[in-house]
Amino acid sequence: MDDVRDLIIIGSGPAGYTAAIYAARANLKPLVIEGVQSGGALMTTTEVENFPGFPDAVMGPDLMDNLRKQAERFGAELVTDDATAVQLTGDVKSVQVNDTVHRARAVILATGSAWRPLDVPGEQELLGHGVSSCATCDGFFFRNQHIAVVGGGDSAMEEATFLTRFAESVTIIHRRDAFRASRIMADRALANPKIKVEWNTVITEIVGADGKVGGVKVSDVVSGASRTLDVTGVFVAIGHIPRSELFADQIDVDDAGYVIVEAPSTRTSATGVFAAGDVVDHTYRQAVTAAGTGCAAALDAERYLASLSAAAGVLR
Amino acid sequence: MPTKDVTDSTFPADVLGASRPVLVDFWAEWCAPCRKIHVLLDEISATELGERVEIVKMNIDENPQTAAKYSVMSLPTLTIFKGGEPVGSISGARPRADLVRFIEEAI
Repeated sequence: MDDVRDLIIIGSGPAGYTAAIYAARANLKPLVIEGVQSGGALMTTTEVENFPGFPDAVMGPDLMDNLRKQAERFGAELVTDDATAVQLTGDVKSVQVNDTVHRARAVILATGSAWRPLDVPGEQELLGHGVSSCATCDGFFFRNQHIAVVGGGDSAMEEATFLTRFAESVTIIHRRDAFRASRIMADRALANPKIKVEWNTVITEIVGADGKVGGVKVSDVVSGASRTLDVTGVFVAIGHIPRSELFADQIDVDDAGYVIVEAPSTRTSATGVFAAGDVVDHTYRQAVTAAGTGCAAALDAERYLASLSAAAGVLR
Repeated sequence: MPTKDVTDSTFPADVLGASRPVLVDFWAEWCAPCRKIHVLLDEISATELGERVEIVKMNIDENPQTAAKYSVMSLPTLTIFKGGEPVGSISGARPRADLVRFIEEAI
């Protein structure tokens, strides 16, 4: 079977690209199905201040472009499209991208996570018309407007702070009475004169007007009181869901859909299939931890492939 | 085949006055997902589907009027014009199969 390669990596981002760099340097000639969201979550961030080795920060997309180039330099082959089907059991696994079937003896899953929607009326209908998951993509369109950011983590703080470049005011809507964001990010947002916070508040509906966001209905979780906030944009940053739907029926995932691995290794329940990055990790979710597990997955895959060759050698 | 650039001033002739359907790819330098869409659209423009629809790009920083007129509020946004009218629009980074389906349905 000449067309069976050693390794396919599904997903990019810090985990997928780091796995690709290590696997390419081990001469495994990995095929990377990057996905259209290639580069992963960092493609929609601005400055990354906590990636080691960059004392003056690095732009998320630049960091990803560099990782991608580094993988290509050592011979990784890249496909900029989404995997559409996978078959992860047996000695030879297959990954389909539209009509093309790629086959390999080992697979690394690094599909990351997707933004978690609020799941309130109006959200899906107004997506791209005032509802957004990406401040760096869409903030430009809200110059001198009043907008809301939903969430209390680092992503929400970063989006809110970034959006003050354009917006007249940014209201952070958070369902608790304290942020879970890192101290530095929270303090920066709270010190910004354009940012105010609606604590203990949830959005119950996004209201449209002329096909665009006209306001949000909110409810106070303590008093139960409802009111409407006049905003023309809603940026949703309440967390992520693992992108495991493509293979959740073939390997073990937990109740929330995260891939279960035999920690500290990256082995999944399917032999020869490894997983790394945010599709596994709901605890740390950092670029550097994703890169670290991507490296581990490549080393685990390399050892697994070596064990196959050794076994074949014994049989021969 | 790289896709052609249109501007606020060439838009009426190149897009509204075109004899066949035109897909306008609204983008900006600061939009990272837009780069991925460019790659896929360049590929699509080289296929049989590229014979039936013209694919053009518009930088919204340099050409804000057209984007405002058609209420572009998210990048990337792809809008198909037929006979001078917008007939379909999608936003966000999408896989190639979705883009192909969107174009097929709109033209």
